[in-house]
Amino acid sequence: MNDTSEPIVRFIDVQKSYDGEVLVVKNLNLDIARGEFLTMLGPSGSGKTTCLMMLAGFEPATHGEILLSGRPINNVPPYKRGIGMVFQNYALFPHMSVWENLAFPLEVRRMDKAEVKRRITRALEMVRLPEMAGRRPGQLSGGQQQRVAVARALVFDPDLVLMDEPLGALDKNLREEMQYEIKHIHESLGVSVVYVTHDQAEALTMSNRIAVFNDGIVQQLSSPDELYERPQNAFVAQFIGENNRLLGTVKEINGDSCTVEVDGSGIVQALPVNISGNGERTTLSLRPERVTINPPEGTVPNVFDGTVEELIYLGDHIRTRVNVCGHDDFIVKVPNASGHAALAEKATVKVGWATEDCRALDAS
Amino acid sequence: MAEATAGKIVLTTADGVPLKRKLRQTQQLMKRRAFTLVLPLLAFIGITFVWPIALMVYRGIDNPVLSEFMPNAAEAVLDWDSSQSELPPEEVFAIVARDLVQARKDKTVGKVATRLNYELPGSRSLITSSARKLSRVEDGPWMEAMLKADSDWGKRETWAALQRIAPRYTGSFYLAALDMTYDENGAIVSQPENRQIYVTLFVRTLWVSLFITLACALLAYPISYLMATQPLRISNLLMILVLLPFWTSLLVRTTSWIVLLQTEGVLNDIMVALGLIGDENRIQMIYNMTGTIVAMVHILLPFMVLPLFSVMKTISPSYVRAAQSLGATPARAFWKVYFPQTVPGIGAGSILVFILAIGYYITPALVGGRTGQLISNFIAFHMQKSLNWGLAAALGGILLFGVLALYWLYNRLVGIDNMKLG
Repeated sequence: MNDTSEPIVRFIDVQKSYDGEVLVVKNLNLDIARGEFLTMLGPSGSGKTTCLMMLAGFEPATHGEILLSGRPINNVPPYKRGIGMVFQNYALFPHMSVWENLAFPLEVRRMDKAEVKRRITRALEMVRLPEMAGRRPGQLSGGQQQRVAVARALVFDPDLVLMDEPLGALDKNLREEMQYEIKHIHESLGVSVVYVTHDQAEALTMSNRIAVFNDGIVQQLSSPDELYERPQNAFVAQFIGENNRLLGTVKEINGDSCTVEVDGSGIVQALPVNISGNGERTTLSLRPERVTINPPEGTVPNVFDGTVEELIYLGDHIRTRVNVCGHDDFIVKVPNASGHAALAEKATVKVGWATEDCRALDAS
Repeated sequence: MAEATAGKIVLTTADGVPLKRKLRQTQQLMKRRAFTLVLPLLAFIGITFVWPIALMVYRGIDNPVLSEFMPNAAEAVLDWDSSQSELPPEEVFAIVARDLVQARKDKTVGKVATRLNYELPGSRSLITSSARKLSRVEDGPWMEAMLKADSDWGKRETWAALQRIAPRYTGSFYLAALDMTYDENGAIVSQPENRQIYVTLFVRTLWVSLFITLACALLAYPISYLMATQPLRISNLLMILVLLPFWTSLLVRTTSWIVLLQTEGVLNDIMVALGLIGDENRIQMIYNMTGTIVAMVHILLPFMVLPLFSVMKTISPSYVRAAQSLGATPARAFWKVYFPQTVPGIGAGSILVFILAIGYYITPALVGGRTGQLISNFIAFHMQKSLNWGLAAALGGILLFGVLALYWLYNRLVGIDNMKLG
């Protein structure tokens, strides 16, 4: 990302309300860099699609300003914004062939015939469907329709493409395949993409940066690894990946570590992230793969006794549910490496984890 | 897959029956079961719909009167070669005279007179009075006696007309329905101009129906669009307003138009009160074509709204959004993306409204006056007043075949598969 070039999109203090009573988007400030793949991730009703629709021009912002390449676009109608868009159900025009669908944005722009032909051919090759030009959308499979929709959004060379849960209707294998395909198209064209999804695996796979939405607010905006490994609050920790939660009260903050008394079961050393003072309620967040079963003595500061409740064999790892600190839904992922601990249900084990893997976040 | 690898080997089920035959057997059972389910309806339609229509078409060519009530005369007249002599020979006169007398005894001579009157207007009294006079004549020569009874028997056209009604089946009703007739030599010619009404009427009915269809489409499109795009609460309200006329009697609706449109009616009163027109210049809006069109558009509008609405309901708003995001102005997005997808609804609504309009009877009868009558009113007239059922059947048959032909044309141009009723 080039710091000197200005962002392609800027949301400045944007608010949106549909009924005048509830803010669906609360004070959004977000810069999207040129060439970036930014994903808006969140549960339904979190305001992510509304943000996309405001950017596309189908919903007016109630307050604030949206800039596209430095130009305010609040009063620019959608057809003058020049933003490509892929819709949830593709919205391919059913009465037109694939070729006509792709020609539509070009003919609207009055391009000459030879240029139209060149661009459509190129776009179809890009999505690997050159032989489908004469078909109607209804004659294509879901994945093919999806590719045509992507090609149509890109055929007129927009700087910015919006995608509104474009893979939601596909089955799992096809979805994963399309994720890579869209990612590769993005990389090869250098176009900026704003992608909306509620599927966190999809977001982690594809994005440069992810904006996690909840309740109309961006909870965290960072790269996928940052988001997974260093969630800034309890919602993000819970929403991205699997997560063990322990509730407790802060006893002492001491620079890079803090002491938390977990409700009813003892003291845990944790990394203070989102807490401000002693006596505050906190949620401790702990990834299941960062927990060790029967750690060698003295290697980790937090060691507790637990009972194995359930073992689920998943091939590459064994998902182990352990009753620890009064929580019987504590999950440990035991990698299926050579020489891993052979566990049995109802066995008593020790579970331990490092201070920096246990993040003390806000209480909710 | 199996076909490709098996080559010519016939696939069989486990007990050795060829797979295709077995499949056909199982499917046949299902088909038979399904057929049994629709059988009562099929019988009902056959008895109440197909059979009466067939009868009607048949009645348009059926010509039983002369061959039934004056069988010998019918035969004799048919045997006479009209190209050889100006008038038939004496023996034909004799047979016709005897049959006329017999028919008078049987009290069927009136029917014969009526039938000949269709063919040769003004010939009713020729038959009845001749029969009366001839019954007093004992013996021939019959030609002389008949000419004495009525000099019209000496006219060639009388005999030509008699010859035309003599065969068991006739095309003269269909010809009459198309404003044509046979001349005295049996050639097909146009009716005299003052008796030509039906072709004009068919053409008028066609144009009025097309106009009503167009008016319905233009009026129904915006309201259907509104219903399809507004939130449920509003669209339900609109739907009730559209359906409200359906819950009111057709007669009530039509007569309420009389109240509104007549020269002393609400609309004229308002315009006079506002000073738009003078009291002496009240506009004639009913008992003419205007009245027919206004009332029929109103009555047939729901038949256009409902198919249009059901088609529009299925068009996702994301199509128009997609078109706009691709750079199309709202007008272009509507015309290139939204409108083409509503064509099946327009097609379904149009064919529904058109076919209903072309055979509409009650409304034009009530509000059409003299100039707003359609073909169905004349069919009814011949059924109920003139009792010329043959002509009524021929008019109805032509209407039926005309609609079928238009339907075929529509299918060729638009494609019936493109039609969506819901």
